[in-house]
Parts: sequence; C-alpha cells; structure tokens
Amino acid sequence: MSLKDKLSELRQRGLADIKQSTDLKDVNQVRVQLLGKKGPITEVLRGMRDLDTAERPKVGAFANEIRDDLTAALTQRKEELEQAVLNAQLAKETIDVSLPGTPVAKGEPHVIQQIVDQIEDLFLGMGYQVLSGPEVEEDKYNFEMMNLPKNHPARDMQDTFYITKEILMRTQTSPMQARAMEKHDFSKGPLKMISPGVVYRRDTDDPTHSHQFHQVEGLVIDKHVTMADLKGTLQVLAHELFGDKFDVRLRPSYFPFTEPSVEADITCFNCGGKGCKVCKNTGWIEVLGAGMVHPNVLKMAGVDPDVYGGFAFGVGPDRFAMLKYGVDDIRNFYLNDVRFLTQFTKKG
Amino acid sequence: MKISYNWIKEYLDLDAKPVDLAEKIERTSVEVDDVTKPSDGLKKIVVGHVLSVEAHPDSDHLHICQVDVGEAEPLQIVCGAPNIAEGQNVIVALPGSRIANNVKIKKSKMRGVPSAGMICALQEIGFSEDVVPKAYVDGIYVLPEDATPGDAVYDYLGMNDSLIDLDVTPNRGDMLSLYGTLHDLAAIYDKPVELDHPEVKEDGAAIDDQLAVHVDDALSSQYRMRLVKNLKLAPSPMWLQIRLWNAGMRPINNVVDITNYIMLKYGQPLHAFDYDKFNGEDVYVRTAKAGEKLTTLDENDHDLDENDIVIADQKGPIGLAGVMGGLDASIQEGTTTVAIESAVFEHDHIRKAAQRHHLHTDASQRFERGVNQAGVQEALDAAAQMMNELAGGEVQKGTVVGSHNIPEPAVINLTLTHVNAILGTALTMDQVSHILESLGFEVTISADTLTVTVPVRRNDIHIPADLLEEIARIYGYDQLPATLPTGRMTMGSLTAKQRLVRATRKSLEGLGLNQAISYALTTADKAKMFMMQASETTELAWPMTVDHAVLRMNLITGLLDDIAYNSARKVKDVALYEQGRVFYREDGQDRPAEEEHIAGAITGTLLPAAWNQPAKPVDFFQMKGIVAAYLKDMAVNGDVTYVPNADMPEMHPGRTADILVHGHRIGFLGEVHPSIAKKFKVGATYVFELNLQAIVDMPKQENQYDVISRYPAITRDIAMLVDNDITNEQIVALIERRGGAFLQSVKLFDVYDGVKVPKGKKSLAYTLTYQDKHETLVDDAVTQAFDKVSKRLEEELGAEIR
Ligand SMILES: [Zn+2]
Repeated sequence: MSLKDKLSELRQRGLADIKQSTDLKDVNQVRVQLLGKKGPITEVLRGMRDLDTAERPKVGAFANEIRDDLTAALTQRKEELEQAVLNAQLAKETIDVSLPGTPVAKGEPHVIQQIVDQIEDLFLGMGYQVLSGPEVEEDKYNFEMMNLPKNHPARDMQDTFYITKEILMRTQTSPMQARAMEKHDFSKGPLKMISPGVVYRRDTDDPTHSHQFHQVEGLVIDKHVTMADLKGTLQVLAHELFGDKFDVRLRPSYFPFTEPSVEADITCFNCGGKGCKVCKNTGWIEVLGAGMVHPNVLKMAGVDPDVYGGFAFGVGPDRFAMLKYGVDDIRNFYLNDVRFLTQFTKKG
Repeated sequence: MKISYNWIKEYLDLDAKPVDLAEKIERTSVEVDDVTKPSDGLKKIVVGHVLSVEAHPDSDHLHICQVDVGEAEPLQIVCGAPNIAEGQNVIVALPGSRIANNVKIKKSKMRGVPSAGMICALQEIGFSEDVVPKAYVDGIYVLPEDATPGDAVYDYLGMNDSLIDLDVTPNRGDMLSLYGTLHDLAAIYDKPVELDHPEVKEDGAAIDDQLAVHVDDALSSQYRMRLVKNLKLAPSPMWLQIRLWNAGMRPINNVVDITNYIMLKYGQPLHAFDYDKFNGEDVYVRTAKAGEKLTTLDENDHDLDENDIVIADQKGPIGLAGVMGGLDASIQEGTTTVAIESAVFEHDHIRKAAQRHHLHTDASQRFERGVNQAGVQEALDAAAQMMNELAGGEVQKGTVVGSHNIPEPAVINLTLTHVNAILGTALTMDQVSHILESLGFEVTISADTLTVTVPVRRNDIHIPADLLEEIARIYGYDQLPATLPTGRMTMGSLTAKQRLVRATRKSLEGLGLNQAISYALTTADKAKMFMMQASETTELAWPMTVDHAVLRMNLITGLLDDIAYNSARKVKDVALYEQGRVFYREDGQDRPAEEEHIAGAITGTLLPAAWNQPAKPVDFFQMKGIVAAYLKDMAVNGDVTYVPNADMPEMHPGRTADILVHGHRIGFLGEVHPSIAKKFKVGATYVFELNLQAIVDMPKQENQYDVISRYPAITRDIAMLVDNDITNEQIVALIERRGGAFLQSVKLFDVYDGVKVPKGKKSLAYTLTYQDKHETLVDDAVTQAFDKVSKRLEEELGAEIR
C-alpha cells in the first residue's frame, strides 16, 4: 500500500471516528489518536524519509491537507457537541413564565388629585393661572364680597363652620374671585385663573355629604368676555374630563355672585342620555354652577363693571369622581382605604 | 311648590304634555323636582254605594257591607273603618285592583266572611297622611253624594291631574304661585295669559268703625284687613279641596281653605282671625315684648323673642306675623266673623323667626323671598269675595289699612349693543323687546336703548344684568353660540412652588407611597400631636361633632387615622403620604397661618411577601431611605443631616431624628411611640413630616454635568471597632475630611454589634473609592491616603482598625 493510499485510508477512518464521537471527551481522544505525536499521521510523515525527494513534497502536502481536514472536522464536531450540552443545560433552566413578577413599591395619586391635575393642565393650556387661597377665610371674602351681605338668606349659619364672627372655614373657592381681582393688574391683560382647593360645610357626613370636599373655581375677566365664551369653555371642560361624547347644556339658576346664573348639566354617564334612574329619566346630570360675574362683585373688588366683565364657574372634583367612576360614597375619598386608593392607576 | 297642570291650562292654551311642560320650565326658569300623576300605578278603583252595613258575627269592629259598584250584583266587602255607614259613597278597590305602593287586592275571607275587595281610606290610594281632611284621617273617605257607582274615582278626587314640583331658587319668590308661574309660561310659550281679577260685593257697615290697626312700617310695609261677617263654616267644595291637597295642603274648612287657595293662586299669604276673639277692636303689628308667649295653631307653645314680629290685640300676641297664627284667635267651630289679613312683613325678621321657632311654613317661605307688593289688596279682595260666595259671609265695607308702602316699579335702561356684547349673540331689537314684553315688562325703545319698566311682582330684577338673564333664558341657552374667550394672550404656567409640590407628589409615589387626603378638622387632642412648632389651637365655634372640631397642626394624626381605618379592615400593609395644610395660630390672633406640609406613614411591609421574596417589616431606615431620596429629588442645597431627638412625646425616644438641611430643622422622622400607636390602634408605624413651604423656599442645586473619569478607580475596604456611641455620621465625616484629594466616595457595607465584638463596641466596615480624573492613580498614592485616614480614625475616634 502506498503512503498516499495509507493516508487516504487514514482520513476515511479518522472522519468516521470523529463522527462517532459522542461527547467532548471522545472528541479529545480522537484528536490525540489522530493528530498526536504518536498518531498515525505523524507516523506516516516519519515514513517520508524513505521516499524520493521528488515525491516528498507531494506526499507532505497531501498529509497536511488531511491533517487540516481532520482538524476542521474535529472543531466542527466539538462545536456541535458543545451546542448540544448548552441546549441540554438551557432545557433544564426553563422557568414558569406565568409566575408573578417581583413586587415593586409604587404609590398612586389620589383620584381627586388626578381630576384636579387634569383640570389644571387643561386650563394652563388655555392660558389660565392656577391660584390657591386660604382655607380659613374672612367672612368678608367668603360672603360679603361675593354679594352675600350679612343677612342674605343664602348664607345660612347652619352651613358654615365659623371660628369667630368674622373668620370661618371657607364654604366655597369663590372668595378667590375677589382676591384675584383685587390683586390683578388689568393693564397687563385679562385675568384668567382657576383656583382649586378644599372647602368645608357644616354637614353631617353620609354617602352623599361630606363636611370637607374640593372645588375648583374658574374666573375670566376682560373687556369683551361673553356668555357664549362661558358655554364654550364649559364644553371644553366636559370634553376633556369625560370625553367628546358628552354634551353640555345650561339651565337658569341662582347664585348671588353671578348674573345671569346657570347650572350646567352633562350627558348622563349611566345611560348616555337615554334616561335612567341615575339621571331621573332626564338624560342629564347636573355637574357645576356658573354665570357672568355680578357687577356688585366686580365693584367690591375694585373692578369697573362698565369696562370689565367676565364669567366664573365652580366645579366639584368629588362629584366628578363619583360620577365618572360610579363611586357611591363620598366618604371613600377621605377615609383612605388603600384598596380604594389603588384602584385609579391609569396614567396618561 | 307643586303646581297643577290642569289649573295652568285653565289660563293658558297649552298643547304641551305635562312632562314636556316640566322640561321647558326646568330649561327656562326654575328646577323641577318631579312630575307626578296621583292616579299613576292605581288600577280598578271605583265609586261604591254602601247599600247595607251589618256587624261581623266574629268581630267587634268589622262590618259586612253590601256595596253597589255599578254592576248587576252588589259586592260583599268586609270593612273595619269606624266611620262606615249605609248610604255613603265610598272608594272601592275591586278584586284585582292595585292600590298605593303597588299592593294588589284579591278576593279574600275576613274572619270567615268572604270579602270581594276593599273600601279605602285616602292614604290607601296614595294620599299623604298630612293632606287628608281631619274627618277622614282615621277612617275611610266619603265621596260626594252625586258620585256614580262604578265610575273610576280618580276624577272625583283630582287624581288625573299632573303635578309639577318646582324647586324655586331664592330669587324667584314670584314662582311660588300660580299667577307668577303663568307669567313665566306666557313668555316661554309666547302666548297671552288672561288672569281673572276679583270684584268684591260689599255689604254691612264700614270696617273703620269696627277695627283699627296700628302698624310699625319698618316691620310691615303693607298691612291690610277686611272683615267678613255672618259666615257659615263648612267643608270646602270638592274642587277647592282638590286644589289644596294636590298642592300638598290639608283642607280644613271653607274659610281657612280660601286663605290657602289665595296664597297658591296669588302667592300672597293670608291669615284669617276670628274677629270675635279679639280683645278690643285694635290690632297691633309690633315686635314681641320680653316674656310674651304664644301658642300657635299647631298647638305648640313659643317663648317669643324681642325680634319676633307679632300681631297683637290689647291683651297680647295673637299671631307670629308671617309665620303662623295663634291658636286663641283662630278659626274654629262657631266662628262667624273673620278678619282677613293681607300684609307684607320684613323678610329678614321672618326668616329669623322661622329659624328660631323651627316653623318653616308656606307663609314664611313666601315672605322670606318677597311677595308681590302690588297685589296685596287684590289677594285680600279675592279672599273676601270667595268667603262671600262659598261661606255666605257679608264683606264689610272697605279695607282697614295700617301701612301701605308700595314700591315703585324698577325702570332699567339697557342697550342692544350691551345685550349682544355680554351674551355673545346677534339678537335684534325686536327679539329683545318681544322677550321682555312677553314677560309682562313695559318696553320703550329709543335708538339703541331699551327702557324697561319691571312689574313690582318681579322683585328680583333691579339692574341690566338681571334683564340679561331674562333675555338669555327666554331666548334659550341652547341657542347661545359656544366660543372661547379671545383677547390678549396670557401665559399659563405653574409657579415654582406649584411645580415643586407636584414634583413632591410624584417623587413620593415613585417611592411607594399612596396619596391620602384626610380630614383637616380633627379632635382637640390629635390637633396638638406631633407638633413641629409651638402654636395655639384654632377651634370651630359650633362644630358638628368632637371628631371634627379643631384645625390640625400636623398631618401625621390624619395618616394614623387612615392606617387605623385600614387596619380595622384587615389591611395591614399601608404606605401613605399626604400633602396639605396645617394651621398655626398665634395667641391673640383670630386667624391661623396656613403652612404647607408633607408627611408620610408606613406600617406592615412596604413590599408584600411574594413567592420569591420574604416580607420585610418596615423600619426606621426604610423610611429614612424614602425621605433621603425625596430630598435628593428636591435638590435642596446643603447637607441633609439627621439628629437624634428623644424629646417628642408622640415619638419613640430612641428612634426619632430631626431632619436638618444646612443646619435648619425642616421636620422629623422616626417610629411612632408604641403607646401612641396603641391609642390609635395601629401597629409599629414609621412616619415623617416636613415643612413643605420651607423646602419650597430653600435654595436648590441646579443639575450639572460632571465628566465621568476615564481612569480606573481603586477601592480599599476598612473595618474598625468603635465605641457604641460613635455614629456612622462621625466616621464618614472624618473619612471625607481626611481622605485626601482622590477620595471619591465612602460606602458603609457592614455593621455588626453581635457576640463577636466586645461589649460596648460595634464593628463598621466601609469601602473607600479613589480616583483621579486626569491620570491613572498609582497604588502608592492610595496606600498613603488610606494609611493616613486609618491613623486619624484611631486617633480621633479611638477606632481599632481590623
Ligand atoms: Zn341616565
């Protein structure tokens, strides 16, 4: 058998051994057997000394070719086996991805805060300032400057928490109308503000009454503000807070500090306007009071009613939240049961 | 006020159905509470004629009646009413009928005797107890003699009318009457309304010879009386009784009913006195005198107040003016001569008297809002006329007048330009004047100006803005365009404070706390706990309950109340924060200063136990981590330090720290004192409270960019034994001070005070990180710095380096 034939046979046998190796140890053994110092290739090469000098390079090149083939085959086999080992390993590492994620600490904003923030952002976008005022207020601002003189029937003593004869817990955010108008420099442009805050009424707490609740006052005073502007503004508010499907309608009402005064209804949440128990079959739900600022209120705040005028509105975020989410007891907002607080998690 | 649809239709030609009319009223004038038809829900209730009444053999109060219900055979009905009698026409609920409250009537047996239906009291077919005539309150109702057996009873009783319940706003006193409502409806439907006016047939002697009235004008701007003699008291005719009970008033007798009817029609409360019970012939309208008493018609005794207006005779008060008459001079069986009072009383006095005596009557309600001062005489005449017609009384000649100050009608100028400028409309002069005229206002036009004369009955209209409302509501708010304010552009942006408050909330929510909103009014005890500065309490003058009587001076007690509420409902893991005001008052000041605070409270665990992690109970350091992260978010300028405070009575003396920024105390944090926690019924709770206003006012660090060094950092660990009273803060401060130019950070990684260290000692271990921003640090430089700081620790703090 020629040396070349020997080498060819060696390749056949070597490749077969490599193919049959089943683990990395095997592969290593085959490599040592084939390519090691005592291996057959080395042996063949050693036998080259007996060849013609002319034959030697040819056989040598052939031997190297075979060595390279076997090396490549070994490497490939090694990778195949390594991959198999890894696959087996990963198969063992499989987890139940349906197990819950590790809890993270996360707090939620109060639902009323969310509504107040939403109202603030809407009006900021329309160029309003956000003002805040004292919760302990003077009778003068809470009532007198709101066109509710001392003996006015609408300021029933029963409804107000007085501290002294002249100091009280504000019953509404409306005193901020007077405070804002007193401070505003009309030469710098119109007054456009909203004022959110806590208000207090002398009420017994029950599912629909709370001695503490929230209001957001709105006020625009300028030279040419119309009642149509009020209607448009309230429409924007309803659409922003509840969605475009909700309509607004105005009804005559009475507040001492506005004239004309209106109440605004929006489409019933429950029935979408068809009429149901919640809306007493009218399809509408009363949500806020508004009107054109009464000339007396302007005058008392030092604003000339012959030059300036405007509108004001007051909304109740507690009522909004109750309507929007169907909250059936206003006390939920102030008792802070965590199971209640964490229900309103939708962001954006 | 409940207003009758049928009554309205007597004066106004209307096609609108009751519900549509109600809707129109609600959209145009005042709110409507509901619309009801008394016969709704009732079925098979007919007139029955009682043919015979026999005693029930097995009962001492039941009767067996044979009743003609218009069918071939009479029905046998067992009836327990004491007033059942042969020959009566009665209300019969037939077998298969439905009476009030959806109750179904079936054939039955009563003590063995078959009974085919039921003879009804008015209450049983839906009448409210307080409108049923007294004679029939405890028995069945007896229908008129001419009622036809078998007819449905509803028309006999006015039950097919629709009643529209108006919720009249305080300014619209005029709507508390049929006539006032008609004036509005005339404008709403743009239809003429014809009102009738009384003509009094006078008889007998001149009233002036029989009665004199003496009136304080300031208490009663108008006071008028007529005298009617030789009256015969009797029940009113059905039509009149129906008007009253459908309006929610109980028919009493013809004289009293007439006064109530006139009030419903004209809005003018009247009072009828029994003239023969006057002491003398003089009547006085004055304030009550100290010690005077009055028993009112409802048989309640009142100690009169010196601010009460009374009607009095020579002996004393005979009526609480404008509120309720007195019992003594009231119309009772045997009354034949009646003095009818028609007056206007000062509204503020009436309001207070009604409140003082808890007597909110139909009369006081109307006087508080103001009656039609131009209609006082007409109402009086109408009543006198009816007493002549219905009670056969002789109306004495003339009216005695104690005061007669009728206000002038308001005259208001208004321009069309102004109307359209304020409403945002494009109304024409014709449209505007037509609306005002349809309301019964007089209008004269000159160029752009309307001069409007407002009838006295509309006492709510004084200024142009009032007319704008009339125009807007009659024109219709639905027709108003919807626009947004134009005019000079304004900036809408939050102030720095508002931004910081929002950031505060976001930060704390990110750190795991839920926002709570608690009550600002609390108990006197709680208001004074966890105080951050000395202050007087601020108390409500008339609290509703002791639980909400005093203004809070801390936020923590509110959060503890919240935790207690959760805990009582088995919610044991609670993490809350609250942002709100506390109220500090200086001695001698009425009004407290309001300070924004931020507070937090955690109890149980912050992270619940899960399948892959155990629950970790909250502790001081968890709360401190939250506070520190929050203050980092707020970027306050200057060092934040935590100084032990063992002196807050509500806090754990060994687990409480004041929080200082650059040496200024802005709040505290720590564990609630276990005995306080017990008082609140909460478990171990960690809290903090900070003066948010102080944080707002502090200088802040702006964000800035620092180059991240490309050169490697070298770390060295150091462990040391120190005395127990040496604090981490002392050690870190020393390392930072003596650590050399390349020291970047010091990080505590171990604290141990267990059995392996000597008593009174603890072991602390830190990692020190060194780095040079400009070149690679050489090991020698680090070793040198490290050795130096180790030596300092030994020398200055007595540390034993290990
Ligand atoms: Zn509905």
